[in-house]
Amino acid sequence: MNVVVCLKQVPGTTEVKIDPQTNTLIRQGIKNIINPFDTYALEEGVRLKEKHSGRVTVITMGPPQAEEALREAISLGADEAVLLSDHAFAGADTWATAYTLSLAVRKLGADIIICGRQTLDGDTGQVGPELAEMLKLPFIAYVSQIEEIAEGHIRVRRMIEEGHEVMETTLPAVITVVKEINVPRLPSLRGIARSKSAPIPVWDAATLGAAKDKIGLAGSCTRVIKVFFPKRVSRGEKLEGDLKSQVEKLINKLKEANLI
Amino acid sequence: MSIKIDPEKCIGCGNCIPACPFGLIEIDRGLAWIKEGCTFCGACVDACGYYAIEIGEIPAPTPTGDSHRGVWVFAEQRQGNLKNAAYELLAKGRELAETLQTELSAVCLGHNIKDVSQLIAYGADKVYLVDSPELADNQEDLCAGQLVALIREHQPEIMLAGATALGRSLIPRVAARLHTGLTADCTGLEIDTEKRLLLQTRPTFGGNIMATIICPAHRPQMATVRPRVFKKNRPQNRQGQIIKADFKREAVTAKTRLLSFVEDLTETVKLEDADIIVAGGRGLGKAENFKLLEELASVLGAAVGSSRPPVDEGWLPYSHQVGQTGKTVCPKLYIACGISGAIQHLAGMQTSDVIVAINEDPNAPIFEIATYGIVGDLFQVVPMLIENLK
Repeated sequence: MNVVVCLKQVPGTTEVKIDPQTNTLIRQGIKNIINPFDTYALEEGVRLKEKHSGRVTVITMGPPQAEEALREAISLGADEAVLLSDHAFAGADTWATAYTLSLAVRKLGADIIICGRQTLDGDTGQVGPELAEMLKLPFIAYVSQIEEIAEGHIRVRRMIEEGHEVMETTLPAVITVVKEINVPRLPSLRGIARSKSAPIPVWDAATLGAAKDKIGLAGSCTRVIKVFFPKRVSRGEKLEGDLKSQVEKLINKLKEANLI
Repeated sequence: MSIKIDPEKCIGCGNCIPACPFGLIEIDRGLAWIKEGCTFCGACVDACGYYAIEIGEIPAPTPTGDSHRGVWVFAEQRQGNLKNAAYELLAKGRELAETLQTELSAVCLGHNIKDVSQLIAYGADKVYLVDSPELADNQEDLCAGQLVALIREHQPEIMLAGATALGRSLIPRVAARLHTGLTADCTGLEIDTEKRLLLQTRPTFGGNIMATIICPAHRPQMATVRPRVFKKNRPQNRQGQIIKADFKREAVTAKTRLLSFVEDLTETVKLEDADIIVAGGRGLGKAENFKLLEELASVLGAAVGSSRPPVDEGWLPYSHQVGQTGKTVCPKLYIACGISGAIQHLAGMQTSDVIVAINEDPNAPIFEIATYGIVGDLFQVVPMLIENLK
């Protein structure tokens, strides 16, 4: 079972605090982390390998420092890692990112490709399904359990708004996973040792044989034309008095507004 | 030429400031900003260790002779019933189509779908309907194929879809196959009438930063919108056309099959459709305490929601989670009990009409967006509320 896990290095935004005075992000001292949703993808890949043998390769597209995330992934059980890095990849939207990843997956070969459901920063959840389409592989999103995986097919449980669905598809396939799927392990001592010395090849656009007009900003269909801070209007009214009278005031206000 | 800072990559380190020969870069609120007068020399691009600065040509918009016309809405159904998201998108789509002086169409895929004519009452001029037993379960390989074929045939300029579980999984595949841009989770959609471009605004970083995105040279311009972000119009007596399109069997047969569906029965009132939501957070302390919220909810005819911690702790199933990685809701009344108000939670509920916050911590961020706040122990306040309402 050869598994490819796609991951992204993101700023640890759960640590982002808002300065209440200026209503702005406090970003000093924020460490880069593996996108939390991708840690479940990695863990699932490692579990598949442990059960069915094979190897787990992690790939990421990003700047040179994204290598840290790959080394961390090795400490968490990945066998190999490849960094896709090139100035020409900069500015990629989800389409160009999926294209770049698809070239690497083709080069590596895989029985299953696992991604997190979305990233913490961009938050689109689009790269997984776009990657599947570019590889012309079947795709299942929001997988919360792999029920069975065998030669040529996979049966999974996946979460949707109304409950969950049990689905089956052929391999190779691309899946995205949700956090309910597992509890990621901590790095092992052996893993940490290996992560320090493991060679991490860097593949650039030429290595991948990427078409210039399909990568980075040039290959992106979308353009960000404006970035701004949203206006957050504080409309708060803290009710006064003891708890009992606060509750009464609240009920009166809600009744006046015909809400209850 | 254009220069932009990617807010997802910029860490506000300031390494670019000394690199700019014209002194045009400043750090404001944790991000680099480039002032007027940039010559696009690229010095800052090389100085940035995070690939956060991009200089590029904005491709010329498609020429005016471009034949793509019309606004399309993907009208999602489940088990033969159209989802509310379809009607909400039609309201926005109507507005866009009128600005562009073009037609609004709904595309509907499924089997024995009820009330298809309602799509016209809610704003569509045309409905493209593909009815086949094979589409009943929203089999995504097949749905993607139908959408791609219909779009290629009719060439709309804009395609909108709900950012539902289906939309978020299916629509990127359609965009990938058509090689066009797709913007996720838009909260604002407007038209640049001069260039005939869709201006797509979306929150990023859990709603802390807004980005406006265009798709200049590829068609259709595609966007997903979270349910409840736009409000549906009242149905009107309108004329329209329902066009039955053939089910197009693709060369590649579908590889994915739905074997079974298990409904989440803990949700008695659907969160997305509820007028009132009572939501609990970490302050509830343990699973059993949600009974108190359920009691308040039943008195109010409300649905029960949750911030992320109770779901992570396993007190409630994921289907109750409101926020960035859960559902977006917009009820008339949202009562947040023991929820501190992390930005990720606010992203999913801050457009509610009236927000009531009950929390012991007077500095909890939830009070900043709450219409009415009660600082106090929810285990005292909620029983008082229940008693008063009874």
